[in-house]
Amino acid sequence: MTEPPDSHERIDWTAPQRLTRLRRRHRANRRMQWLGLGAILTAAGLLAVLVLSLLASGLPAFQQSYVTLSFDLKPALVNPQDMRRGKWRKIVRNALFAALPEVKDRRLKRKVFRIVSRAAPYNLRDYVMKHPELVGKTITHQVLLSDPFDQYVKGVIPAHIGAGAQQRFNPRLGGPEVLAAFEKLRRDGRISLRFNRNLFLNADSRLPEQAGLAGAIVGSFLMLLVTFIISFPAGIAAAVYLEEFAPKNRFTDFIEVNINNLAAVPSVVFGLLGLALFIGYAGLPRSTPLVGGMVLSLMTLPTIIIATRAALSAVPPSIREAALGIGASRYQTVLHHVLPVAMPGILTGAIIGMARALGETAPLLLIGMNAFIPDVSGMGISEPATALPTQIYSWADSPERGFVARTSAAILVLLGFLLAMNSTAIWLRQRYGRRTW
Amino acid sequence: MTTITMLAVLLLALFGYWFGYRPARKAELAAAGGRALHSRPVYHGLYVAAWVGIPSLLLVLVWLLAQGPVIDRLLLQTLPEQALAGLSDAQIRVLLSKIHTLAAGHALPGTPPEYVTQAADTLKRWRMIAGWAMLAGALAPGLMGLFWARLRIAPQFRARQRVERILDGLMLACAALAILTTLGIIVSLFFESLRFFAKVPLTEFLFGPRWEPQIAMRADQVAGQGAFGMIPVFTGTLLISAISLLFAVPIGLFSAIYLVEYASSRFRAVVKPVLEFLAGIPTVVYGFFAVVTIAPALKAWLHGLGISMAPNSALVAGLVMGIMLIPFISSLSDDALAAVPMALREGSIGLGATKAETIRKVLLPAALPGIMSGILLAASRAIGETMIVVMAAGIIAHLTLNPLEAVTTVTVQIVTLLIGDTAFDSPKTLAAFALGLVLFLVTLALNVLSMMITRRYREQYD
Repeated sequence: MTEPPDSHERIDWTAPQRLTRLRRRHRANRRMQWLGLGAILTAAGLLAVLVLSLLASGLPAFQQSYVTLSFDLKPALVNPQDMRRGKWRKIVRNALFAALPEVKDRRLKRKVFRIVSRAAPYNLRDYVMKHPELVGKTITHQVLLSDPFDQYVKGVIPAHIGAGAQQRFNPRLGGPEVLAAFEKLRRDGRISLRFNRNLFLNADSRLPEQAGLAGAIVGSFLMLLVTFIISFPAGIAAAVYLEEFAPKNRFTDFIEVNINNLAAVPSVVFGLLGLALFIGYAGLPRSTPLVGGMVLSLMTLPTIIIATRAALSAVPPSIREAALGIGASRYQTVLHHVLPVAMPGILTGAIIGMARALGETAPLLLIGMNAFIPDVSGMGISEPATALPTQIYSWADSPERGFVARTSAAILVLLGFLLAMNSTAIWLRQRYGRRTW
Repeated sequence: MTTITMLAVLLLALFGYWFGYRPARKAELAAAGGRALHSRPVYHGLYVAAWVGIPSLLLVLVWLLAQGPVIDRLLLQTLPEQALAGLSDAQIRVLLSKIHTLAAGHALPGTPPEYVTQAADTLKRWRMIAGWAMLAGALAPGLMGLFWARLRIAPQFRARQRVERILDGLMLACAALAILTTLGIIVSLFFESLRFFAKVPLTEFLFGPRWEPQIAMRADQVAGQGAFGMIPVFTGTLLISAISLLFAVPIGLFSAIYLVEYASSRFRAVVKPVLEFLAGIPTVVYGFFAVVTIAPALKAWLHGLGISMAPNSALVAGLVMGIMLIPFISSLSDDALAAVPMALREGSIGLGATKAETIRKVLLPAALPGIMSGILLAASRAIGETMIVVMAAGIIAHLTLNPLEAVTTVTVQIVTLLIGDTAFDSPKTLAAFALGLVLFLVTLALNVLSMMITRRYREQYD
């Protein structure tokens, strides 16, 4: 196209230099296409790596290994008057070495006892306290294995580490004699792998094999409840005002600029706001779902307002005009006719906002919502709590190997919740959103 | 007690609704067919309920805000004078928090002096009294509102207009919440920062080359003075953000180009949700991914090449942050490209240009404002992103531009300075607010710039 074509002269499109040029241009086109496809595949590949690595490290944590032992609940040891003071550690110890009569050496015994979780005596105690009729009998019961052996059963850690001449015994498993004792238990069929209910029923613990997500899930739920109660009505009211009632003036403009800007303010700044205003100034209790929910509701508000406005403006004017035409007031028009029609869109926006709030971590760390909660029973709106993402953060910081698997499992649970919420939103949008008028 | 008060107010409001609805409904029934009432009974009920609920709730809120500080001040006055003699503000606060812990039923380390246990008992008693007083105080205006509103109800009373006026006010208040939030952010950051700048000069904060916030916890401790120069912290932030944008902008932009211009609708239907899922992953997950997967893999790979990398290098944090930004940039560029009118595409293709030429010479220039504003928003997110860098970047501030070394960022410093620290007036915690102010201003500038670009060039082709 360098020389302007003469209208009288026919261009020879088959001339070699034209053909080379055309080929080059088509090559450039294909290059662009491949670049685009490559970019998408890169993004999808990274997502696949992320999900697969989480699944690989997290799925084992959905199972937990137990050892089945016969516990002799002698009243002398159980102390039926006050079971909390019973010698449960001794009972577990006796049961373990009854199953392993060949272990005699005192020092070896101490090492072998580490096969069983340190939580086992407490779990046994809680079980017997629930069934007091068992005192004096010998019962067969399953108790937790300690974290290294749990990992070993699942094949996450090997018996030997290093390669070739440098191969040595995995120090986390305590030594060959301990492992031999463990293999004896396994040969006797005492080791079993079951679905890990503890992950969902227990609260946090310093012991990986005992730690669960119940506290975090309850905390997140209470926090989202507060967020929803504040931001859903306030968001809808603000959006209805801006979309249907607000006069076009500078004040309205200012509100809109504020909303758009708030949607892009870093979340950690909201944490600072919560810390300075809600905790520092108003004196609300630190670490609680109440403060967490209030901070997150301020963050979610712009999302809900923007989504609600989009849903309201998608309602055809004919509906408004019809209602106004038969004598409804502007409020009656909006409340009786426009809002019900826009509701699916509003709910979609609210669910997406809630999903984002569920995954938010930084502001919760600042207001201290990463408390160590070993027991779910005392939780409340104004009691210290933790939430799912902050629990993930605390577990990710823990040095124990078992917590890596627990963290991945917690992430999978969190992603499961998010996926469920987002699918609900998409389903709502497709079920009710695509009406033709 | 708060819950009981709230419930009581709610019940009273419900009663108010019924109290207003019933006479109106009776009048409506009595004049069957005739025009007995101006407004439907519902509005009469709502009118009374609003007069009961709104004043009571406002009073409860004000009460809750004022109660803590007032009780604390009164409590300090009951303490013996020698207990307070010579105590600084911070020490008084520690004393108060001890009393609060004791009153909440937790044990204190050691045996507290007798006046502390006494004060804890007093606090418990006062809280109880304050709770009952709040209940009474909340119900009193509610009852007054109830009867006052009920008195006004008459067949010709324009209850609907009144209720709509109240709704007007409520909705305006909700919309103004956005302004209040912005105001709250600015005020809280600004005043805490002012207190910080009273201890550390502004010039040192802005231009100081060292960031070492290790300050003595107690006055008698001998420790370094601490340095609060934000240059290395800010450089680290910019370094990590730049890496993430260098990674995310090409990938995001090219995926958007492919999705809008080349992909079939079926491909789009598959890829779009994948990108949306990528965008919905919480950042704490990305942080964990960076630490557990990317960092070891990259370290091993670079080690194979003979390059050594710090375990929490800027490169890892930047790359993972880039992954987080890909869907963000992609969806904003997607919108910008899709908004270019079809006529421009058809014109270009009609002149014989290939698709790539159309994209490069026509679509990209036309969509440039949208894409630019998307990139600016992404930059603002990268600078404000917290969890990825908290988990994957360093804590010590190094002034370097080497992506293989560990750097720290503004957000990392905010979180590490504030985690587990409750004292509000040490320079350490105040420094976090000063950093927060800088962060807020920088992201605000980027957001406003992005908004201005879209406003200025919007609908250019209509």
